[in-house]
Amino acid sequence: MNPPEATSKEQTGEPTSAVDATPATPVSTPVPVARQPTSSSPVEKAGHAVDVKDLNAYYGGQHAIKNVTIKFPANEVTALIGPSGSGKSTVVRCINRMHEEIPGARAEGSITLDELDIYDPSVDVTAVRRLIGMVFQKPNPFPTMSIFDNVAAGLRLTGTRSKDLKELVHRSLQSVGLWDEVKDRLNEPGIGLSGGQQQRLCIARTVAIEPEVILMDEPASALDPISTLKIEELIDELKERYTIVIVTHNMQQAARVANSTVFMLDGEVIEHDETNKIFTNPSDERTERYVTGKFG
Amino acid sequence: MSSGGMSLSRLPEISARRRRTDKVMRASLLVGTVIALIPLVLIIYYLIYKGLGTWNKNFFTTDPNGNFFGNHGGIRSAIVGTLEIVCLATLIAVPAGIGVAVWLTEYGKQSWFASLVRYFVDVMTGVPSIVFGLFIYIVLVISHTGGSGFAAWKGALAVTLLMLPIVIRSAEVVLLLVPNNLREAALALGAPRWRVITRVVLPTSLSGLITGSLLAVARGMGETAPLLFTVSTAFVLTGNLNTQMNTLPVQIYNDIKSPEPSIVARAWGAALTLVALVLILNVIARLIARRSRLG
Amino acid sequence: MEASATTVRGDRSVLERSPLGRLPDRLLKWGLTALAVLILLLIAYFFIRLIGESTTSINTFGLSFLFRNDWDASRNIYHGAALVIGTLVTSGIALMIGVPVAVAAALFLTELCPRRARPALGMLVDLLAAVPSVVYGLWGVFVLGPKLEPVERWFANTFSFIPWIGGGASAITPGNYFIAGLILAIMILPIVSAISREVIATVPSENKEAALALGATRWEMIRMAVLPYARPGITGGAMLGLGRAIGETIAVVLVIGDAPTLGHHIFSQGYTLASVIANEFGEAANVKIHASALFEAGLVLFILTLIINVIARWFVNRGARSMRAARGGSAAPGGDVMVAAQAAGVGGAE
Repeated sequence: MNPPEATSKEQTGEPTSAVDATPATPVSTPVPVARQPTSSSPVEKAGHAVDVKDLNAYYGGQHAIKNVTIKFPANEVTALIGPSGSGKSTVVRCINRMHEEIPGARAEGSITLDELDIYDPSVDVTAVRRLIGMVFQKPNPFPTMSIFDNVAAGLRLTGTRSKDLKELVHRSLQSVGLWDEVKDRLNEPGIGLSGGQQQRLCIARTVAIEPEVILMDEPASALDPISTLKIEELIDELKERYTIVIVTHNMQQAARVANSTVFMLDGEVIEHDETNKIFTNPSDERTERYVTGKFG
Repeated sequence: MSSGGMSLSRLPEISARRRRTDKVMRASLLVGTVIALIPLVLIIYYLIYKGLGTWNKNFFTTDPNGNFFGNHGGIRSAIVGTLEIVCLATLIAVPAGIGVAVWLTEYGKQSWFASLVRYFVDVMTGVPSIVFGLFIYIVLVISHTGGSGFAAWKGALAVTLLMLPIVIRSAEVVLLLVPNNLREAALALGAPRWRVITRVVLPTSLSGLITGSLLAVARGMGETAPLLFTVSTAFVLTGNLNTQMNTLPVQIYNDIKSPEPSIVARAWGAALTLVALVLILNVIARLIARRSRLG
Repeated sequence: MEASATTVRGDRSVLERSPLGRLPDRLLKWGLTALAVLILLLIAYFFIRLIGESTTSINTFGLSFLFRNDWDASRNIYHGAALVIGTLVTSGIALMIGVPVAVAAALFLTELCPRRARPALGMLVDLLAAVPSVVYGLWGVFVLGPKLEPVERWFANTFSFIPWIGGGASAITPGNYFIAGLILAIMILPIVSAISREVIATVPSENKEAALALGATRWEMIRMAVLPYARPGITGGAMLGLGRAIGETIAVVLVIGDAPTLGHHIFSQGYTLASVIANEFGEAANVKIHASALFEAGLVLFILTLIINVIARWFVNRGARSMRAARGGSAAPGGDVMVAAQAAGVGGAE
């Protein structure tokens, strides 16, 4: 077994080559390809890290997340894996405070974006959500809006002027690789696109408002393999500019896109380490059982 | 790693305008809801305030006597007349309505003919009740069918026409909810279709059928227009369905127009009676519906 | 099992049911089918008889029944433009006041209201449908009318520059278009609200979440994700309310003042197609042409409400259907929105 290469964690714009892992365990990953940095705008923004500390979340009386502490490093992709019901989605929904939209749900603990406590009572939750974007499992473009309007939806909320809209929509669609496919039909309904295209549309909608973090809740699980691959390539490009947290059921996917991986079980963090290590040499026995497919 | 010194000021500005709009609009929605509830409160309040005072033993045990001065009598014949006519209408409308609904769910199903029937029944629910009254007037009253002009049974027919679409549609909804595997299980045991319907489908959906029927009855009880053209009115208490009869809605309608204040007061008392009856039926129907849904 | 084995051998007749045994099934099936056919025949018969009785009037007055304004029982002239306009004005007022309130209530109940209060409040709004027409009339004549008269006077004075509203402060009558429209607004509240609530509840929560995740306020989420989706359905509901308002007879006839002339402003007396029938029915009984005119009014009413209902249902189901298809036929809520609202007990016009 080859020793894993260290992944670069610095924000200098260096290409982070994906790890070439040939594990002895039955989990086989297709050989990931080292990616070239995208030629779009050089990284101007300093990266933004999310720090979850002692998070406890409840659905009514049910204690779903127990003392979870995770550091999500800036400009990296962190994957959350685990069986159904392990709380991965709940953690992510706490980060952009969507969890509290469910009646009877509440969260306690500390979540900071850089040093900003997003649960501080003086913080406006809609402002938090602008900084922390979310892509959902099932592509959900607004059915009554055109492709253009979908991407512009978030921009219009903050009163972006219409002459600026065109340029910003163009840029977003290009950054998700959708521009060429839709540039001639921007006024057609968003739901007329294929599943994979719709999801990229949703990602375009999310990046249009330039968040600092992007949360993805099983973004490719409803898509076909080719679209899935496209999305994964996109994630790899996006991490240049955003910090990404991805929940996935697909372990191969985590191995392909994530710098580090968190394994959760029954609402607790079992192990959090470099992706490579989680899949080839996990420290915890439960992690090993999960990644080798013995349960879940 | 990240540029230091993060503070609240880094948060994007949610403009005051957006915050204000959100508050204002949410308040408006609340106000709208309150406005929607006020009429019911006011109506019930005034019904009680102006009507309760007229309720006494005489009110319910004497008939109106058409006097302008002096004692005007109570509303006994109106109450009894309404009960007679609505009972007759219910006896026809509920079995017929459930019958059509059964046909729609068990035999007609998705056939073009069934869709046609469904469509027209749906449309019938939007027809103003005055049209039903006119229809019966043309067909039965003018022609003096049955040896009478205005008659209670003709009014009952008009009310039946009114109740039918309501019973049919609500019954169909309920019958469709009966899971198909119940039917199939019974059929597989060798039961003939009619038995499956009477022993399995109908009993299972019974509470829903009752709810729908009660709501239809409540509707039928309160209608005036169909009765005006078919039953007209009377003062006397009678059990003869082939003559004119008094009914609560018509009684109220006539009393409203009277210049004599105590007659108007009687209208309030009668209205309170009518609304009480209708509301009780409604509440019972909804309680049955809620209980069967939860249970 | 053994016994049946011996009887089954060669003798298939034991598996057949006797013709007598099949009788109940046959009876039921054909009986019920006959019933269904009867319903259709009845509706057709409706039409035919109503048209039949109206022919005298149709032949005499032709189109000017609808478009000329001169309804005079004493001369046996029946041109009903005033009725048509009265119907449209009162229904228009009812829609303008009733629909926004109903939709606001529907939005509040489905999006903002705390869960536990929802069924109770919903039931209260729906109960408005249970109040009989004649009671609305009674309340309108003796409570709403008198109480609103000073308000109407103030309005007519303050806004006297607006053509149909002002200028008639001296001629305000206790029964007028506005009061009729207001009572109608209250009467259509339950049906518009019930249908709106059903339609709003079908908005997919994933779209609402997407809006919130973009940093929208609650109202912005409603504006972005809920209202556009629900618009066709709400329109349909409003049209059904319109149908109800047009056909409403008893409450209107009591509060509109029953003047066969066209009022000059909304605070003056008027008439509608439905109320004229109720009001003049007695005196028309023996006058053929008068009766025929009233039947024609009924026919016009019938056709109008039919058309409106058909269009309304198309709207309500179109919105739901196209959205469902576009999303790939995913979980459609239990069928017909209309039926769901009806099951809530909100019904037709009197």
